[in-house]
Amino acid sequence: MNETALLIAAALASGTPLVLAGLGLLLNEKAGVLNLGAEGMMLVAAIAGFAAAFHTGEAAVGFVAGAAAGAGMAAVFGLLVIWLNTNQYATGLALSLFGTGFSAFVGVSMVGKKLADQTPNAVPLLADIPFVGPAFFQLHPMVYAAMALAAVMAWFLYRSRTGLVLRAVGESPAAAHALGYPVRRIRFMAVLVGGALCGVAGAFLSVVYAPLWVQGLVAGRGWIALALTAFATWRPARVLLGAYLFGGVTMMQFALQSAGVQIPSQLLAMLPYLATIVVLVLISRNPVWIRVNMPASLGKPFHPGG
Amino acid sequence: MNKRSLFKAGLAAAALAAFSLTAFAAEPLKAAWVYVGPVGDAGWTYAHDLGRKAVEKKFGAKVKTTYVENVPEGADAERVIRDLAAQGNKIIFATSFGFMEPMLRVAQEFPDVKFEHATGYKTAPNMRIYDASFYQDTYMAGIIAAQMSKTGTLGFVGSFPIPEVLRNINGFTLGAQTVNPNIKVKVVWVNTWFDPPKESEAAQSLINAGADVLLQNTDSSAVLQTAEKNGKYAFGWDSDMSAFAKKAHLGSAIANWGPYYERAIGDMLNGTWKTTRTVLGVPDGVNDLIKISPAVPAATKAQVEKVKAGLKAGKFEVFTGPIVTNEGKEVLAKGKTADQAWKDGVNFYVKGVEGKIPSGN
Repeated sequence: MNETALLIAAALASGTPLVLAGLGLLLNEKAGVLNLGAEGMMLVAAIAGFAAAFHTGEAAVGFVAGAAAGAGMAAVFGLLVIWLNTNQYATGLALSLFGTGFSAFVGVSMVGKKLADQTPNAVPLLADIPFVGPAFFQLHPMVYAAMALAAVMAWFLYRSRTGLVLRAVGESPAAAHALGYPVRRIRFMAVLVGGALCGVAGAFLSVVYAPLWVQGLVAGRGWIALALTAFATWRPARVLLGAYLFGGVTMMQFALQSAGVQIPSQLLAMLPYLATIVVLVLISRNPVWIRVNMPASLGKPFHPGG
Repeated sequence: MNKRSLFKAGLAAAALAAFSLTAFAAEPLKAAWVYVGPVGDAGWTYAHDLGRKAVEKKFGAKVKTTYVENVPEGADAERVIRDLAAQGNKIIFATSFGFMEPMLRVAQEFPDVKFEHATGYKTAPNMRIYDASFYQDTYMAGIIAAQMSKTGTLGFVGSFPIPEVLRNINGFTLGAQTVNPNIKVKVVWVNTWFDPPKESEAAQSLINAGADVLLQNTDSSAVLQTAEKNGKYAFGWDSDMSAFAKKAHLGSAIANWGPYYERAIGDMLNGTWKTTRTVLGVPDGVNDLIKISPAVPAATKAQVEKVKAGLKAGKFEVFTGPIVTNEGKEVLAKGKTADQAWKDGVNFYVKGVEGKIPSGN
């Protein structure tokens, strides 16, 4: 009983970086820009966040630094693909490769350093409820922030005017341009916010989750977040579901091992990927939905007056 | 070419040869290390690098050391080792199990270079192996773990199910059983040497399953820090990790590689290098359990010291029969002590470890 509660809590914490990065990338892609640099942005943000938290002793400063680093990386990417019309796929890949190397290089002095001890997290009153407390109410505030972000993102994209414009820019930039909307500026803002969210995800890994810095700390989670947005057919609620599912199955396979279940651990290690893809493909298999949700101009450069 | 010019040429050649010989004698010995992780991992690679620094300190200008860090096990490793041999390094140390095959292939191409591989089992005329006995550390850690555990369940985060790691799990369990014969040991495999977020997740799942003292065979401090976060106990691994967790740290199981590296370089300089297999341990000053926490009762510390003294004197062997697997098969008869071949072939959990070893690695 209590073990199940702890498994739920661990799944939520494990899925949080994927929620943050996945939602950031979703916003990017809804505006028509595909950024394959997620892994690189998360790594640079992870070291920036860790260094900031280490020097100030404040996790919050780490998050701000992570967001800034992610946005900074995204700004470079945005300038290249939006104003200089470079190929989005190649530029994104370059950003990932650069981020991997750069974070390792600047992080050398931070390896083996230890952050100040974290205070245990508990939502007052609610944390003491049996089962429900340890499962849902003893988590880091960022876990709840990520859930709230999914709701805000859904509202923004489907219920707000600005969100409608952003989607229009992703669907048909030429039409949006003809209506007088600044397509490039809107895309750039989406890229910046997407980068900042990937940055917060990276900082969450190094400041709260691990909490330490080593080279390659993100370990492929940026790529998983990218895949997640596509498998979730660009819907915030499904990104949330997919991320927690991935975290849940990851934790489940460790729990099965510690319970002594007789399945080869290599097979168990594969399960999170398999389960997440299967579930998301099953709930998103309606071709009409996929057509409706996939931004029509994803990855295509836009030349105003071209 | 007349006789005189021939004579001159001969003289010149002799002078050149003599000169190059003296130059060669003054040249420092070039030695290189290949690391699987970053030097700053605070664990396995860091410990090997301390050994490299010990060599520099001892031999000074006689050696010139270099290292390459973060080398993945596999095709990349072969390229790195070949590069180092081509650059004129006369002795190369590869410090991870997965470097064995790549090193063996390169060793066949460079017969005049000496190769040293840590933790493996294959040799060649110019390649030898060296190993530490971490199971001696884990046995001592087990004594402390069983004493400090309230739940009677210990947890172990394993990297890969190879004999070395299985020996460490079994040693840990046997040590714990001297304090509490009914102790349970749960194992979670992460299938990597180094992935801190994953190591944390595995540690968390062991804690969730009721383990309250953890040990790991992975290379970061993540398991120890996860234990600290949960108010449980754990150990440092490979090097002194006491700084990472004030409350959780019960001791650090270390390997101090300096003595072996100094011996190997000495063999090179004296021309006495030959293919051997060296298994080092507590008696050589290589393995040790250090920085035992003040929270550990004095009687338990004394028990650990007694084991250490027995190991040092060669009077005590961790794997002494009767040893029974967790499937009830006797693998070592009563009163027998394990020899090297027995230790090399460990492919089972002893009684007290839960679950089954994942097949195939």
